[in-house]
Amino acid sequence: MLLEVKDLNVRFATHDGEVKAVNGIDLDVARGETLGIVGESGSGKSQLAFAIMGLLARNGTTTGSVRFDGQEILNAPARTLSKLRADRIAMVFQDPMTSLNPYMRVSDQMAEVLMLHKGMGKAQAVAESVRMLDAVRIPDARGRVRLHPHEFSGGMRQRVMIAMALLCRPDLLIADEPTTALDVTVQAQIMQLLDELQTEFGMAMILITHDLGVVAGSCERVMVMYGGRTMERAPVDPLFAAPSHPYTQGLLAAIPRVDQKGARLSAIPGSPPNMTRPPAGCPFVPRCPYAMDICQDVMPPLVELEPARRRACHAAVERVWAGPPALVETPEPAAAEMQERMAGDLPGNLPDAAVAGAGSAGVTPEGGR
Amino acid sequence: MFGFILRRLAVAIPTLLLLIVISFVLMHSAPGGPFTQERALPPQVLANLDAKYGLDQPLAVQMWTYIVGILTRFDFGPSFVYPDLSVNDIIAQGFPVTLTYGAIGFSLSVLFGVILGIIAAIRHNSWVDTLAVGVSIGAQVLPNFVIAPILVLVFTLWLRWLPGGGWGGWPYWVMPIIALTLSHMASIARLTRSSMLEVLGSNHIRTARAKGLSESAVILRHALKPAMLPVISYLGPLFVTMITGSVVVDMYFSTGGIGRSFVDSALSRDYAVMMGITILVGALTIFFNLLVDVLYAWIDPKIRY
Repeated sequence: MLLEVKDLNVRFATHDGEVKAVNGIDLDVARGETLGIVGESGSGKSQLAFAIMGLLARNGTTTGSVRFDGQEILNAPARTLSKLRADRIAMVFQDPMTSLNPYMRVSDQMAEVLMLHKGMGKAQAVAESVRMLDAVRIPDARGRVRLHPHEFSGGMRQRVMIAMALLCRPDLLIADEPTTALDVTVQAQIMQLLDELQTEFGMAMILITHDLGVVAGSCERVMVMYGGRTMERAPVDPLFAAPSHPYTQGLLAAIPRVDQKGARLSAIPGSPPNMTRPPAGCPFVPRCPYAMDICQDVMPPLVELEPARRRACHAAVERVWAGPPALVETPEPAAAEMQERMAGDLPGNLPDAAVAGAGSAGVTPEGGR
Repeated sequence: MFGFILRRLAVAIPTLLLLIVISFVLMHSAPGGPFTQERALPPQVLANLDAKYGLDQPLAVQMWTYIVGILTRFDFGPSFVYPDLSVNDIIAQGFPVTLTYGAIGFSLSVLFGVILGIIAAIRHNSWVDTLAVGVSIGAQVLPNFVIAPILVLVFTLWLRWLPGGGWGGWPYWVMPIIALTLSHMASIARLTRSSMLEVLGSNHIRTARAKGLSESAVILRHALKPAMLPVISYLGPLFVTMITGSVVVDMYFSTGGIGRSFVDSALSRDYAVMMGITILVGALTIFFNLLVDVLYAWIDPKIRY
């Protein structure tokens, strides 16, 4: 295994108490494969990625184990992590508008990676950077490498981020919602680019997203997260064919469908739990149509359903497959509320799967300067 | 950029004229005059004095003569109080003094303030941070008219290391510089710290860390420039304030700087000296604000004039 995560916990010390952002996550990624991590905002998926990279905010602490290529890297010394970062594990961030340094030329930002890890001279590093910008299909890369990030459109900036992450040909790329901040049309281009580059470079990828459509197109396996825990882990096809967890089922039902015109968009009522005081049992209970008494008090273990497929739910899988008792007809006020929230684009409260389909507003269309 | 600087210099001229007009009018509308004394002078003497200095003319004419004098002969007029000295003489005597202790004090407060602020930000919430913030607050709340006598007490009266006043070689500089520097250094440290903390929490710094850069490379190459922006805009006006002297420093250490002359001229209605120093401060302020804008454009590529 290239990456093995065991019982990873992430805690943040805040004024309101300890936030339990990630709780007992296990995952592994083999060389060359793509793992999708899905969940709505606040499910802990980004913090999981930051914990793997050692990039948590200062008030964050971790326990558990992260082994990369056999080497323990969780809470490893700064020197060890610096050697791995960008060289063997690279990351593409969610917001390309703010993730590049606005005060430095793209050439300087890219070249420093190669000068640091590959010991190249400045000229050689810039030449190599231009080659990588060509690979992510930035037109006139040679001329544009001298520009500053604000002279690129959102989609072009994300291409620069991707090119920067791939400079050292890493074994693992962690892409944290790489398309969330972009236009719908640009989203598709970026995902296609990532897929192609992954094949070309033969690297493994962890794709963090709330967009199940992206997962279906790019991933071999999926992990569904909620409240910092794994709800379901499965190969893509069985998961889409028959979600075995009520939360996965809710997420899938919330994807808008073009072939059902006029049908009311389904949504999971309620909002994610406050992770300062997470529930004793399953975090999904308050929003779960299958909830039973035991769910309140006992977190269901992640048990094997089929080979390579695990779920954490007290409800029998047959009950879930039979369909939700309440989800078929969404309660009227909840649905209306959802629509309103969607119009206001309030963060954090609605299933992101629904938002992803609706597209995001206020992003510059791609097409250079 | 070049055009921008030219435009700004062109705007500076009407700005300075406006400054002259406003201060001229304000000054003359204050009650009393340079020759008002407790025991009134005979009216004839007063009239003669007013006529000699042109104070019997209408205000607009006085102002016109004044401005023409500056433009044609760079003449800021004679002092009304010290008959042998012109304003140029007074500034030429006092300004080198305040420029010396002001510029050294400014450099020291920037150097130590920035370093202290960065260290506090890097070691956020550690004892280093707490100490740095504590010392800064202490230095900021202690006014220099409290620090100055303490310095004199310790270094002059007890230790007998430094002269207690006057102006000469470097031993005379030490205490004025310390008294002037401490609080400014503290404000720069606090400004740098909060600005650096904000930058260190930004997304592009996380990207820099994800590249595997060492912490010092992250700070120096990626965080320092943006963190300095708010500090630089504070430094422009601060530099002018510091090189044009401090009344408290000039008075406690009898340095003979223009900080003291400025206040004295206001109290004695020495119109010409007051105007001269006002214009000096005004011109320096305009110039250093322009310098700040140029520096901003150099640091932040998004700013194009």
